[in-house]
Amino acid sequence: MADGVVPLKLRPRRGFLQTMRTDAWWIGPLLTILGFGAFLVWANVRVFENDHYYSGHGGFNLATNYLTPFYSPLLFDVAEKAFPSGHAILSEKPGFLPGFVSAAALILIFPAGFRFTCYYYRGAYYKAFWGDPANCAVGEPRSGYLGERTLPLVLQNIHRYFLYAALIFILILSWDVLTAFKFYEVDQVTGRRTGAWRVGIGVGTVLMAVNVVLIAMYTLGCHSLRHLVGGKRDCISDKPLSAKMYNCVTCLNNRHMLWAWCSLLSVGFTDIYVWKLARGEWMDYFFTF
Amino acid sequence: MPGATLRIWRGDKDGGDFFEYRSDYEDGMVVLDVVHKVQAEQANDLAVRWNCKAGKCGSCSAEINGTPRLMCMTRMDTLPTDRPITVEPMQAFPVIRDLVTDVSWNYRVKRQIKPFAPRKPDAPDGTWRMQQADVERVQEFRKCIECFLCQDVCHVLRDHHKHEEFIGPRFFVYSAALEMHPLDTADRLADLKQAGSIGYCNITKCCTKVCPEHIHITDNAIIPLKERVVDEYYDPLKKLVRLFIPRRAER
Repeated sequence: MADGVVPLKLRPRRGFLQTMRTDAWWIGPLLTILGFGAFLVWANVRVFENDHYYSGHGGFNLATNYLTPFYSPLLFDVAEKAFPSGHAILSEKPGFLPGFVSAAALILIFPAGFRFTCYYYRGAYYKAFWGDPANCAVGEPRSGYLGERTLPLVLQNIHRYFLYAALIFILILSWDVLTAFKFYEVDQVTGRRTGAWRVGIGVGTVLMAVNVVLIAMYTLGCHSLRHLVGGKRDCISDKPLSAKMYNCVTCLNNRHMLWAWCSLLSVGFTDIYVWKLARGEWMDYFFTF
Repeated sequence: MPGATLRIWRGDKDGGDFFEYRSDYEDGMVVLDVVHKVQAEQANDLAVRWNCKAGKCGSCSAEINGTPRLMCMTRMDTLPTDRPITVEPMQAFPVIRDLVTDVSWNYRVKRQIKPFAPRKPDAPDGTWRMQQADVERVQEFRKCIECFLCQDVCHVLRDHHKHEEFIGPRFFVYSAALEMHPLDTADRLADLKQAGSIGYCNITKCCTKVCPEHIHITDNAIIPLKERVVDEYYDPLKKLVRLFIPRRAER
């Protein structure tokens, strides 16, 4: 804030990564680079793979019905599939889409955008990937700084719109968990599943359920949601529902970083699990009622 | 009696350097005690600002082993003494001498923030009525002791020297305490966006980490203010709603 006096004469700024800190300040940013970086690479591999998103290809007398969260909601099946997954919204891929565009590429923008614009992740990846700053009281690589005042980072302010989408995704993923309780009977001659199914629980069902709970804990602890349900008001005591929601979101928000990482890991691992099942490399353990 | 080597920055606005002092310390002593011992026994002209020695006046802010901290609240037994302990003045403010910095910029900034503007009194005797639940949120911000460690660690001030454009975490906390107060009627959002440049904050949470009063600066003050600024300037749907519901009525 301009105060009409001569600029302050400060000690020279420290160079990139220069600091007097003696603790292992680099561990946090390094873990972010490794964790977030590995997830980004894996997510891109899966988006462009455009296959192995559904584990329902049997071979035994019962087939699982797991859909990976990376492809949910499934807009369309891969055309070459021998039989449809039963999860696809459209019967076939729209003709105007280029060949390399997978169903995941069209929907992942929403959860990815939600995480990318998340207040916690912003602080973490600005440090880890942009060194702005590399960590608290550690020198930076650039002297210029624009922050989130101008393009492109002013666009981070659309976080609440990604939140609206993320709330819908909780419902979609919950539906996937419900369908993961279905185990289809497999025709022993053709090896293809029949229409008949039984209710059961498998490792995949549990993983998908844990995943949606963790995603909900992360999403429902969002800073923007906290603002929208009550934080925007100066007086909340006369709105008991708003006060209750504000307190609940605040409770989750206190551990927002924890939920952010746990849900990221669970999404990644659930996807790997379904991917392995779909490739026939792992076998699901389940029982039916 | 254990001993430690203190590397204390000594100099003035024109420059300076680190000087090493070896000193004994007793159990329970804090860094400020050892600095005083050095001052008494080895460097009588060492300048250090202090007052309460209880973590409540915010005078003895400095950087200990590179981290902004209160010298009076940093116990010696929490620091590794197998190597020198560095003690230097805050980076984000001009040095007056040795460990003493000129923090008057903060007072000038504070004067430019719109003061508390309560609504008309609720009762004929000129008093107001408010619920504890409503005022609870801003009470956290009143714990601030104005040590300015949050200002010191904020890279926008510390590394980018944006003192002319950015008010820093301390004054976002101060603004939040006013802006979220149930009785207040003033609107500070335009100032927070423009003159205060809240958009410069990129949520590193460094201010929260160094706060000796454990105020959740980022989560409870800065981000809620950023969200209010989004309501006002960056949310097209909100703008549409505002055509029918004015902001004050909504709050």
